[in-house]
Amino acid sequence: MNALEQQLYAAPRNHRYVWTVVMVILLLFAWSLTTVNLNNVEEKGWLIASNILTGIVSPDLELLLNVTSQGVLYLLIETIAIAFLGTIIGSILAIPLAFLSASNVAPKPVAFLTRLLLIFIRTVPALVYGLMFIRVTGPGPFAGVLTIALISIGMLAKLYVDAIEDLDTSIFESMTSIGCTAFEKIRYGIVPQLFAIFLSIMIYRFDMNLREASVLGLVGAGGIGAPLIFAMNAYRWNEVGSILIGLVILILIVELSSNKMRNKLVRG
Amino acid sequence: MLDKVLPPKKLALKNGKIVCEKRSRTPFIFILLVIAVLVSIEFTNFKFQVLVERWQEFFVIVGQMIPPNWEYFPSLWKPLMDTIKMSLLGSLLGSLAAIPAAYFASTNVVKSKTVITTMRVFLSLLRTMPTLVSALIATFIFGLGTLAGTVAIFLFTLAYVGKLLYEQIENASMDAFEAMESIGMTRYQAFRYAIFPQVLPNYLSTSLFCFEGNVRYAAILGYVGAGGIGLLLNEGLGWRDYASVGMVLFMLAITVFLIETVSEHFRKKLI
Repeated sequence: MNALEQQLYAAPRNHRYVWTVVMVILLLFAWSLTTVNLNNVEEKGWLIASNILTGIVSPDLELLLNVTSQGVLYLLIETIAIAFLGTIIGSILAIPLAFLSASNVAPKPVAFLTRLLLIFIRTVPALVYGLMFIRVTGPGPFAGVLTIALISIGMLAKLYVDAIEDLDTSIFESMTSIGCTAFEKIRYGIVPQLFAIFLSIMIYRFDMNLREASVLGLVGAGGIGAPLIFAMNAYRWNEVGSILIGLVILILIVELSSNKMRNKLVRG
Repeated sequence: MLDKVLPPKKLALKNGKIVCEKRSRTPFIFILLVIAVLVSIEFTNFKFQVLVERWQEFFVIVGQMIPPNWEYFPSLWKPLMDTIKMSLLGSLLGSLAAIPAAYFASTNVVKSKTVITTMRVFLSLLRTMPTLVSALIATFIFGLGTLAGTVAIFLFTLAYVGKLLYEQIENASMDAFEAMESIGMTRYQAFRYAIFPQVLPNYLSTSLFCFEGNVRYAAILGYVGAGGIGLLLNEGLGWRDYASVGMVLFMLAITVFLIETVSEHFRKKLI
């Protein structure tokens, strides 16, 4: 047996494990196939699909370039405003929660309870929050802002916690040894370590919130979602096309610029 | 550009040398942010007063959700399973379809610029479309029901896993690939035996992660008629039967938690 063959046979053999996993996945696949029934597919599906395509290719330009409060541009700005304000509020509210649930800052029981609360905040779908906030503020973009703020808290706090738990604590010791006060320790020891990471997380979340804000309109919480669903239900595919084009362009631009900013922030 | 508006501060050192200190841009960014906040407040009719006066209304609904309506549980079982099946099927097919998509979008295995650009544009177009919107379109084409939801999840998974996978393929080490090509393997074979094993653990991990997220998404897809537990959510909210909504949310939280725990276990094992 030469060296090559020895190396080949030295590879770990876990065929049985791999095959079990594959079998389980295949079983799950077969099980999930039972949910799909093709009976509901209507004959006119293809017709509608081609209508949607023609609508997107020949959008309603008047609606797309209109600057009044009915136009796509206005609705897009409203959507951005909802996402922006929601992100700002959410990211401020998430900071104390993150410190409370970081195991190296807060006592264990407090950290555990805050974590549970955060998990629960994250599981409730955005649309449900939207409907609940409409009761507080009435339908409109205001409800959207509050919804976005609340749903951001869960994820933001989770990502903040990772940054806080990575804090370099040896700096505090040296700062204590040269006689810094508590405020100075926070200002020069903690803030510089966390600021760039927090900012990068906020920008990332803004990117996600823009998508969330664009569907919140479905429950009447402002933004571009409501006109989209109205146009769809009325089969006005040209309008659908112009709204979708506006939305896709906006999301692409925001994604590109946020990626650039985050790269700059993280790499310094 | 900003240096022209704000000339850098000049400092003369003791030995006569002149050094420039760039002015801080923080105040500018801060002012811009404040303006953006004010504009957003204007656009969204944000009124702090309303919030202070009426915030209890939010907890009225929360109060009605607790205790949840336990008797609702038997009728919940099938839609919940439908939701899981929908996201499972969509994620499985989507991540399988992501392999060829990512192959044709990575610059180091495919040489044709046009193929790469078309594939990338296609993937990012799919990714920007919010899942709920694609589900809505799918309900028009495939009719109401779980099939529309499955299609929406499939498309999202394809775009998400596809993008991450082609980034990983581009970062993979090309040494083995070149060696295999030089001994006469085709590009497909070299990809299969040199690059695929390198990206496999990460690929499986992203697919699992995507599946976790998809369970959450699938839960709301019923809102637009795409099947699953969202239908019940919609119904309960429509009838203001908040105790049932509470039950649905409770079950959903447990399901998501279980799936996350299982998938996290396997993801830790992979990396």
